Amino acid sequence: MSSPPQSLHRALGLSDDELDDIKTVLGRDPNHLELALFGVMWSEHCSYKSSRLHLRRLPTTAPHVLVGPGENAGVIDAGDGIAVAIRIESHNHPSAIEPYQGAATGVGGILRDVFTMGARPLAVMDPLFFGELTDARQRWLVEGVVSGISGYGNSVGVPTIGGELTFDDCYRSNPLVNVLCVGALPKERLVLGVASGVGNLAVLLGSRTGRDGIGGVSVLASAGFSGEDGAASIDDAKRPSVQVGDPYEEKRLIEACLELLDGGLVVGIQDLGGAGLVCATSETAARGGVGMDVDVTAVPLREPGLVPFEIMTSESQERMLAIITPENLDAVRALCDKWEVRAAVVGRVVAPLSRRDGTTQGMLRIRNGFDGEVLAEVPASALADEAPLYDRPRERPSTLDQVRADDPTFDEPVGSPNDDLLDLLVDPVWVYRQYDSQLFLNTVVGPGRDAALLRLAGPGLPSSTRGIALSTDSNPRWCALDPRNGTALTVFEGVANLACVGAKPKAVVNCLNFGNPEHPEVMWQLSESIDGMADACVALEIPVIGGNVSLYNESGGSDIDPTPVIGLLGVVDELVAPPPGWNWREGNVLVLVGAQRADGERPFPLGGSRWATKRGRRGGVVEGVDPVALLLTLDFVVAEIGSICAGAASDVTAVHDVSGGGLATALAEMVAATGVGAEVVELDGHAELFSEFPGRFVMATSDVEALEERARAAGVLTTRLGVSQGERLRVGSMIDLSVTQIASRRRDALEEALATLN
Amino acid sequence: MNRVGVVVFPGSNCEYDAAAAMNALGAKAELVWHSTTDLSGFDGVILPGGFAHGDYLRPGALARFSPVMEAVSRFAHTGGPVLGICNGFQVLAEAGLLPGALQKNIGLTFLSQPTTLVVTSNNSVLTSGAVIGQELVIPINHFVGSYTCDDETLKRVLDSGQVVLRYKENPNGSRADIAGLANERGNVVGLMPHPERAMSTLLGSADGRVLLESFVAANVAA
Repeated sequence: MSSPPQSLHRALGLSDDELDDIKTVLGRDPNHLELALFGVMWSEHCSYKSSRLHLRRLPTTAPHVLVGPGENAGVIDAGDGIAVAIRIESHNHPSAIEPYQGAATGVGGILRDVFTMGARPLAVMDPLFFGELTDARQRWLVEGVVSGISGYGNSVGVPTIGGELTFDDCYRSNPLVNVLCVGALPKERLVLGVASGVGNLAVLLGSRTGRDGIGGVSVLASAGFSGEDGAASIDDAKRPSVQVGDPYEEKRLIEACLELLDGGLVVGIQDLGGAGLVCATSETAARGGVGMDVDVTAVPLREPGLVPFEIMTSESQERMLAIITPENLDAVRALCDKWEVRAAVVGRVVAPLSRRDGTTQGMLRIRNGFDGEVLAEVPASALADEAPLYDRPRERPSTLDQVRADDPTFDEPVGSPNDDLLDLLVDPVWVYRQYDSQLFLNTVVGPGRDAALLRLAGPGLPSSTRGIALSTDSNPRWCALDPRNGTALTVFEGVANLACVGAKPKAVVNCLNFGNPEHPEVMWQLSESIDGMADACVALEIPVIGGNVSLYNESGGSDIDPTPVIGLLGVVDELVAPPPGWNWREGNVLVLVGAQRADGERPFPLGGSRWATKRGRRGGVVEGVDPVALLLTLDFVVAEIGSICAGAASDVTAVHDVSGGGLATALAEMVAATGVGAEVVELDGHAELFSEFPGRFVMATSDVEALEERARAAGVLTTRLGVSQGERLRVGSMIDLSVTQIASRRRDALEEALATLN
Repeated sequence: MNRVGVVVFPGSNCEYDAAAAMNALGAKAELVWHSTTDLSGFDGVILPGGFAHGDYLRPGALARFSPVMEAVSRFAHTGGPVLGICNGFQVLAEAGLLPGALQKNIGLTFLSQPTTLVVTSNNSVLTSGAVIGQELVIPINHFVGSYTCDDETLKRVLDSGQVVLRYKENPNGSRADIAGLANERGNVVGLMPHPERAMSTLLGSADGRVLLESFVAANVAA
């Protein structure tokens, strides 16, 4: 074991202080291989070293939480003997460089996180963020990412049931590709990624190991793009760090692993994701408090000549590590043969070392042959759990007051509100019609609506008439102005989306996409955002059961707007009829449920709204949350829509929450969906047409007095907006558009933007 | 029809859905692994949707060589009802059990959307209970679903009533709007839309029942 030259640790992404920590842990100098293992495991991506301190402030417990943050996926008890697993991740940096494979392997990775828990993956959602489509590179990215999700997700056989699509120039060099996966399992099958039982075997399942993705987490996801023009300039240098996906391999791996779990043939199981084999072996050993010997020569390779550090850190896709008893080896091999899945014994569980103070320490030993030379020997927990924790400097941006003072709410806008409204309408159907959204016969509400709604059913699950609802939400413009309030409002927005399909929220997962944590302003945004999420989740009594932090989303020194993506999982207790959706009928009365005006007197502000952003106005203030009033409204809508899902008759014919683009956009979307226009009363200027604030809903009813009476009894505000009728949408003196104009503009906006040739 | 075999290739993914639809209609579905060489005892066989063998080379091109396909062929030649849905249609075409071929959609993207189908022949195990001219809303979910064949074959299948379902609005460029096709005898049918996804109004449409009820009602040597 020769000592590395002085600068090697820096090339591996470790600081001088971190090298000193490693020397303390080992009581000696690390060799090259050991240093490489620490380099990937202590990377920002794997260790959360800049964010962990802050994430501890999130509420994570509730009686129905079976597994909280820190495992491969969070798991809740959804009732009827069924547990639901959920996880969200980012694949931002790989997708910036190779959009198809970046997005495809993002899907593959999240599926493995979910079936690692014993759950069959049942649905995927994809929040996507790009620069404006006037830039040709963005159009290339959109097409690549969407076809990557489509190509991988459809083939692997997991429906994609929703997501988000946001265009803003802050993502021009840093597109964000987040992916959420939900799965379900019989409660008793829940498994954890733990190695136990000295003498048990570690079996590597799935693909051979190649050179793809070496250093993905440390090279790509833990540093910014430094070139002048961002990602474009460093493509070639970083492309070898992007992994390549094979959905057919993954499909067979899923089926084989679920069958292994059903047959009780594994003790523990863990996916290989970021940092590959070193991560899977050190995490399972650390969780089990045992040691593990790994024989690098036993790992099946794609090409000859890989050196031990490449084998241990490669991020080749479609691999799992199963811990099994030696007696079950033949049965495991036979089952894997059936599914044409490669299975190789690459390690064994060994007893931990006893230390002088009476404690024990599980060691990860990398060996050249099972009983061969020891190439590296490191405490497993030092790699998995003991990365340094940083309390990085935080500073409120000095320009923030000035930005907030630049409030667009009372602008005297030029141009026609009709054109403003048409400009806000985008139907993402071009994206989601490329996704299989219906597999497993569960999809009651698919992509493109407020929230997705699934029957809680799947192969091997106990029968249930419950439903699960999912939404992903973000509002980076709010969060740029006020990360704390903006993030809190985003959580409420997600809960409002669930309410539209009758679901009560049960758990939050989050993907925190931020800039460079070495910028004090970014750390301030991150810390504030986490506090805002915590405030909202405490008020709503929803536990946060998982998350992912993606930092270094910066290019040429410029950070993205803070983009916390909130994933919400809700449950509908009885799902026998579809929720009403957006389709009002001719002659219904339209009612705004929830507050029409902030504090009852002034319009909600336009700061951070899509309308203002489109006009280049990025300043203003974000309205604070009154959780008590919002909760009343949300509970009311859940009760109204939930009873329809349970099969009860109702006068409510349609519901849509007021979100991006404001009230005018919500009305126009309902007009486009139904083909029936509306006559709406005069509203108070642009602010009332286009301001965005969660917890407000447009409902259509065939018996307005009855609806108003129920709302009054529940202490919820309502305002009559007008009547659904005719072939035009008219809002007072400001909006007058034909149904056809609205529908065709909404339908064609995205495809026309993508079809631009220069 | 009592026992229905639902063939599972590595990479199939609609096998559970097809089985659930059969069970909902009173048949007893059993999953059949692709290495099986004996289908005796089954009253009907379904090749479900998905990506058999990863769709590598091209959809169905490898699956036609799976051991089960010889048994499927024997079953079909003795008059057994055989239904290929989506990828199953592609496999039947590659195996020569149905004429023509499927190629990429004209727009060169995957398409997952509802379509309206028109029943154009009830001379098949899938459409015997439907009325000619009947419209059915059933979703499609494919990249390689544009039906094609030579002129002579097209004339033959149209004249002989083998074209059982056509798209009302052609989504993928299929020749003659063909969505579903039977062999001459009517016991082997392939279609690109997914009738098993249209079994319940809770999920958007129950129009697939008309077709699958016909299939379940079919007899061996129909």
